Amino acid sequence: MIIRGDEPEQLRLLKRLYKPGNYFLQGNEAVAYGALFAGCRFYAGYPITPSSEIAETMARELPKLGGYYLQMEDEIGSIAAMVGASWTGFKVMTATAGPGFSLMQENLGYAVMTETPLVLVDVQRSGPSTGQATKGAQGDFFQARWGTHGDHPIVAVSPISVEDAFWETVRAFNISEKLRTPVVVLFDGVLAHTREQIKIPDVEEIEITYRKLPKNEEEAKLPFGDPHGDGVPPMPLFGHGYFTHVTGSTHKENGLRDVYTPEVHDRLVRRIHRKIEQNKHVYEKYEEYFTDDAEILVVSWGVTARPSLGAVLKAREEGTRVGLFVPKTVHPFPGKRIKELGKKVRAILVPEMNLGQLILEVQRFVNDDVLLKGVNKIGGVPLTVEEILREIRGVA
Amino acid sequence: MAKEIYSTYPMVKYLRKEALPTALCPGCGGGTVLNAFANAVDQLRIDPKDLVVVSGIGCSAWIASPYFLADTLHTTHGRAIAFATGVKVGLPDKKVVVISGDGDLASIGGNHLLHAARRNIDITVILVNNFIYGMTGGQVAPTTPFGAKTTTSPYRNIEHPLQISETVAAAGASYVARWTTAHVYQLIESIKKALQVKGFSLVEVISQCPVQYGRRNKMKEPAEMLRWFLKNSVPVGKAKKMSPEELEGKFIIGEIINRQRPEFTEELNKLIDEVQEHFGLKGE
Repeated sequence: MIIRGDEPEQLRLLKRLYKPGNYFLQGNEAVAYGALFAGCRFYAGYPITPSSEIAETMARELPKLGGYYLQMEDEIGSIAAMVGASWTGFKVMTATAGPGFSLMQENLGYAVMTETPLVLVDVQRSGPSTGQATKGAQGDFFQARWGTHGDHPIVAVSPISVEDAFWETVRAFNISEKLRTPVVVLFDGVLAHTREQIKIPDVEEIEITYRKLPKNEEEAKLPFGDPHGDGVPPMPLFGHGYFTHVTGSTHKENGLRDVYTPEVHDRLVRRIHRKIEQNKHVYEKYEEYFTDDAEILVVSWGVTARPSLGAVLKAREEGTRVGLFVPKTVHPFPGKRIKELGKKVRAILVPEMNLGQLILEVQRFVNDDVLLKGVNKIGGVPLTVEEILREIRGVA
Repeated sequence: MAKEIYSTYPMVKYLRKEALPTALCPGCGGGTVLNAFANAVDQLRIDPKDLVVVSGIGCSAWIASPYFLADTLHTTHGRAIAFATGVKVGLPDKKVVVISGDGDLASIGGNHLLHAARRNIDITVILVNNFIYGMTGGQVAPTTPFGAKTTTSPYRNIEHPLQISETVAAAGASYVARWTTAHVYQLIESIKKALQVKGFSLVEVISQCPVQYGRRNKMKEPAEMLRWFLKNSVPVGKAKKMSPEELEGKFIIGEIINRQRPEFTEELNKLIDEVQEHFGLKGE
């Protein structure tokens, strides 16, 4: 069994096509190149603004690497085809925006339940509904968390710059492969269309991981077992004669459906949760600036993290003891660290391009004696340094 | 008793024994379809290791998944063909087969059915048409005959049924045939042809659901439904000479289309070859 994109030939092709050095790229292009470097060789998607350049870049570059670009009839078909391809050994990705993300939710749940690695990039745009279709926003924070039905864990990462988009996409693939689970990249329309200089590294400098494959017949016969105690079953790929049965219905360790025994459902769904909980080291990531002596904390994610840093730097110049916390993996939320920081500060500001979503996660972990305030802006225009600085001054 | 039946049934080697007995109702046409498919695979000497079977949701989705012993992917409602598309691109040398019902493939999944036919991807679809949503309790389907009674058309169905085979043929499929569960040998031959055709193939099987459909439409015995199929089946050649009025309520059986068109996964791989050649990326 082989994960497609893993062949030595691929390394040669990547080196040949993408010379290390500085490039001037759009956020969407950076996501696409991150995927290519991470080993993605199958992309199925449906065009939607502001994510389309990801599809366009993949359509152009994938064939050069021997990879496959499929434009499906809709978003539902796109994620369905990804699941099918993932079971044949591909690293797979799609990119979409709010409405398309909504359509993908059912099969995102299917991927969680069948433990299928895939990467789903949601380039957030302004909603609800068609809203401002071409404008950026950060309104899908909870759609990523709770969009599909049932009790399910999810991992979502969120880049803060064009260069970061490259690395976070690579990281999304690594998490997805390591934990045999779908990973959402919460990107946004602002960064998606921003051009910045980014440094493309040498292929060999990038750490790439691959899903665990069964070591023997016995492991292959239990595609949903837990032979190594880490909650992550080895994945027997299709086409190797294991006669694997995969279903989104509640199933036993051997894959066969059993929807009647409460214990079977309990055991399966709890393990899928445990797999994420106990492997925090695989995905947990956040950045902190000046949090050591901070009495005011700014918590911000994605595109808003950068004007937030700008505002924090300016406020520091003015002598305000303010720090910044940026969760890079937004789900599962790094609540433990927020709890620690929350005990040391008297005020927390949460700037985001929505009417208050991340702030609800922060609220769960801080005491009532902390002043908690959202800095919210909608309308498709990102928050500025001045707007955030004004709010910091207001609580200083 | 049950054990004896399995041990003497020659096609049992193709079944996932731990999943038996099947959940299908007595008299269901699903068993006939499974039998026909297993016989087609057997006669063509296809190694089940070279098969991936994908299905959606509903009674007919269960026919081959979990019962057929191959790699099986049981997916979400209506999406089987889209899942199968990903599988086929990943495993172009394997036979990828979708077995599911009319509600699953032609109603909620209608879009994927049309576009897979248009793309002409090398997938074989066995669509079991029993005119009704069986598993959810006998509601009206896009295939329910005009005037028929169901749990959600208790007075009569005022919608016209979708002619699946003709629609898929028009969409661009390479091979399309329609039979009923009363035409088992012809059905096996068509499944064999569909499995061998390079391109999108569809075999529509008109199948009896005495429990949900027959019971409400004066055919509560499976045999009555089979007699209804036989009495109203018109071979495709004869149907060409009949007027639309004469064909009302009839089942047109036989090969609807059989042609060669460029196939999707082959074209995709050809394109990759050309691109790699163009950029000088082929093995140095």
